[in-house]
Amino acid sequence: MNSQAVGAAPPAAESRLWRRGKWAIPLSVVPLLVLLAYGFRTDPRAIPSPLVGRPAAPFSVTLFDGGRLSLLDLRGKVVVLNFWASWCYPACYEEAPVLERGWRAYKERGVVVLGVDIQDTEEAARKFLKQFALSFPNGPDPTGKISVDYGVYGVPETFFIDKTGRIRKKHVGAVTEEVFTREVERLLRDGG
Amino acid sequence: MIPEIGYAMTAVALGLALYGSVAAAVGTKTGRPALIQSSQHAALGTFVLIAAAMLLLVYAFLTFDFSVRYVATNTNRGTPFYYRITALWGALEGSIILWSWMLSIYTLLVILRYRSRQAEFYPWVLSVMLGILAFFLLVMTVPAPPFQRLTPIPPDGRGLNPLLEDTGMITHPVALYLGFTGFTVPFAFAMAALITGKIGDEWITTTRRWTIVAWYFLSLGLLIGGWWSYHVLGWGGYWAWDPVENAAFMPWLTATAFLHSVMIQERRRILKLWNLTLIILTFGLTIFGTFLTRSGILSSVHSFTQGSIGAFFLGFIALVLLGAFGLVAARGHRLKAQGELDSILSRESAFLLNNLFLVAAAFTVFFGTVFPLLSEAVRGVKVSVGAPFFNLVNIPIFLALIFLMGVGPLIAWRRASPENLRRNFLYPVAMGVAAAALFRLLGVANTLALTCFGLVVFVASTIILDFYRATRSKLRNGERLLPAMGNLLTRQNRRYGGFVVHLGILVIALGVLGSNAWSVQSETTLNRGEAFEIAGYRVRFDGLAASEESNHFKVTGTFSVANNGHPLAVMYPAKKFYPQEQTPIAYVDYLMGLREDLYLVLGDFARDGSQATIKVQVNRMVTLIWLGGLILTLGSALAILPDRKRA
Amino acid sequence: MKQAALLPILLLPFLAWAAPPPGSVNEDTVRQIAAQLRCVVCQNLSVADSPSEMANQMRGIIRERLKAGETPEQVIVYFVDKYGEWILLSPRPQGFNLLVWVLPFAGIAVGLVAITLMARRWSRRAAAQPVAETIDPATRERIRREMAELEP
Repeated sequence: MNSQAVGAAPPAAESRLWRRGKWAIPLSVVPLLVLLAYGFRTDPRAIPSPLVGRPAAPFSVTLFDGGRLSLLDLRGKVVVLNFWASWCYPACYEEAPVLERGWRAYKERGVVVLGVDIQDTEEAARKFLKQFALSFPNGPDPTGKISVDYGVYGVPETFFIDKTGRIRKKHVGAVTEEVFTREVERLLRDGG
Repeated sequence: MIPEIGYAMTAVALGLALYGSVAAAVGTKTGRPALIQSSQHAALGTFVLIAAAMLLLVYAFLTFDFSVRYVATNTNRGTPFYYRITALWGALEGSIILWSWMLSIYTLLVILRYRSRQAEFYPWVLSVMLGILAFFLLVMTVPAPPFQRLTPIPPDGRGLNPLLEDTGMITHPVALYLGFTGFTVPFAFAMAALITGKIGDEWITTTRRWTIVAWYFLSLGLLIGGWWSYHVLGWGGYWAWDPVENAAFMPWLTATAFLHSVMIQERRRILKLWNLTLIILTFGLTIFGTFLTRSGILSSVHSFTQGSIGAFFLGFIALVLLGAFGLVAARGHRLKAQGELDSILSRESAFLLNNLFLVAAAFTVFFGTVFPLLSEAVRGVKVSVGAPFFNLVNIPIFLALIFLMGVGPLIAWRRASPENLRRNFLYPVAMGVAAAALFRLLGVANTLALTCFGLVVFVASTIILDFYRATRSKLRNGERLLPAMGNLLTRQNRRYGGFVVHLGILVIALGVLGSNAWSVQSETTLNRGEAFEIAGYRVRFDGLAASEESNHFKVTGTFSVANNGHPLAVMYPAKKFYPQEQTPIAYVDYLMGLREDLYLVLGDFARDGSQATIKVQVNRMVTLIWLGGLILTLGSALAILPDRKRA
Repeated sequence: MKQAALLPILLLPFLAWAAPPPGSVNEDTVRQIAAQLRCVVCQNLSVADSPSEMANQMRGIIRERLKAGETPEQVIVYFVDKYGEWILLSPRPQGFNLLVWVLPFAGIAVGLVAITLMARRWSRRAAAQPVAETIDPATRERIRREMAELEP
């Protein structure tokens, strides 16, 4: 097989194009590496919401305790709108006591905590409410209309709505005591 | 004990691999064969250690040793026996062990086959392969150790991901990894060729069979993945252009391009630089694919856990690509094309176009997969790139490739005369057009479907025509029919193996066409005793049954199915509730047929069994995809048969 | 807005592959719209394909909005308004996103040019040697076949 002789042709005839451009081949890899390294700093699952800063979409729920509650009724108050489900373990289970405590602490000060139960059964939802002795208003969203209206893509998600009915913050994941207090205090201080 | 012993084994294996890689390189550079010998021993040592570590891990699985964190995260006391063994590659750490083990086997095979033959290349091949093995062992020792101790020892494990409790998942990673790791061999040979400066055609002819075997296993892995998606995930599809699917598809595309262009280099002595680039890209893409599914930078079905493993892989990709392409830049001037091209209408052209389209498809998939990341980096806006994009851009490319499948094998080298074109393509083109016209008459209105079908018939006709002519010429020489056909297949096994593989691809193309164009589906809620009709089938809901399995709770629906009046079967789609999962897993039941599959997924149901929602799909021609895979297997086997020269 | 309308039109030939079930044209439109939207709780599946509850509800909302008289473009705009561009399973061919649509075809065009240039360079080398057509095609075919049999 004379492939070796054939392959190793005399290097004298190196073309100009090759000489000038050959290092472009390995160098072209570098921008890709930079992009992939950038990928480490992003979270592919965190989707920024386009709704922050915009008026909250109106809706009304039939509460588990009976009666209906509409978001428009709550104009003038700070609203903590929480989307949850009984099968959302462990996050919803962690934040339920936080929300309940927050509700009890702030309900006299013009803050309403409103829970919307999505993609759930009534039986499981009531069990959840009973387990955490939740006293703030809760209602189901049977068709998913409210959750889509708020761009919800998972549970739990919590929206902090100010007194003029604007969404000021969206929190994805379990709400902690710190987040609750900080956001509510900020919106209470805010005139309007 | 087990975590410590296992960890020690991997650490020692890492040391051996590093030593072996260096020893082989130094040994050949300084002309000391003893070093090369000891490098071989080191390779053997790594194989033994990795195999032992694997057995140790399997033992830990079988004995419920939850002191090993990997065991505790991936099984529990209810996991069935065989899944406890295959849980070995059920998650990140185990998959790296599997990969390392296969690499060590391939290294041993290379040693056994080439140590006395390719004296120039062999030590460098060994060095490169051991170096790559060392990287994976490093990953096993630092960011993703399978032998991490878990304290305190939990009473029960978390359990295997329920989607993995399926036969597809037992075989899919094995096939896929055999493919991925298989490409290390031609890559190592290419590196050896570049390092020694002997970049003739030798490295290609030597690695031809390795490439086909690796390509075959990659194809098999992709098909099994599609099969798993189809019958486990419950959406009735087999390919979603998910990043991890793309991660395996990209190297398949470049590997297919490589398979074809080496044929040109062998015969016409051109495209040498291009072939080196292709194998580097292919190998690089296999590592990139592994990186994608483990680094967490893209969300996908397969996302393993994150951690620092991404950084390791990115570093390795940088090393491989910069190093390999740097070598190409440094040595590339020695490559000179020796062949000529007389006309655009030639086999060389067809192969060049084949390569162009395959690489274009790979680029499309690649760019589409990383584009969300790019968009976020440049604009700060997250976008999605999914099936509609990939289908829209790739379908024309694949149709062009199917057309080339028909043209390439028959068109003449260098320049195709009008005579040659007429002789080889008149009938097939006529058949293709006639077939499309026939289908138009039969009522198929979709232009895409007609084009695809016409092309498939065109290509099939070229294959049949060639085989017919070759057989006829043998019969004229006095041979009998069956021996003539048999001899053709075995004597020209490369050519006819390739034809059979092409036939397999055609059958798969038909399956893809049929399932996309003519499948129907519907979702409905039925009361007990109520029936539902779709596409000639009558599905009646008979009831629900609950059962307690070893590691999950299962609700099974009973559905009686009749086709055009005749009772067909009773089907049992179910929903499985695993304690460690938030949502239930669908268990699909389906009736597989050549022309169509009946596919049932159980949705919501009433607790008392009085009502159930089911999704019914009639998926047309999906079975052709799996059938095409079988044909592909036969073709690949034929292609790698040892050569038999005429007596 | 014009580009958003372009998208469903671009995809229409491919979405038309799904044979319409007997009865409502409306269901077909629902599926077509759902096929363009990303299921938010799944990995890379469309709302049309996804078996999840969320996708089910989203399909219900699509159906409802169509019944209320909205056009498919308006329904899609509604979802983009709530979720951002990310919900489109295929990026709108406008602005920066044009890159992903154009580059593959640009690449093919560049490749074709490169092949033609290379072919010309190689064929210049062969300009001095014309191919002699003195053997009849059938014999040439036989020679080719027998040569192929001798190949390694």
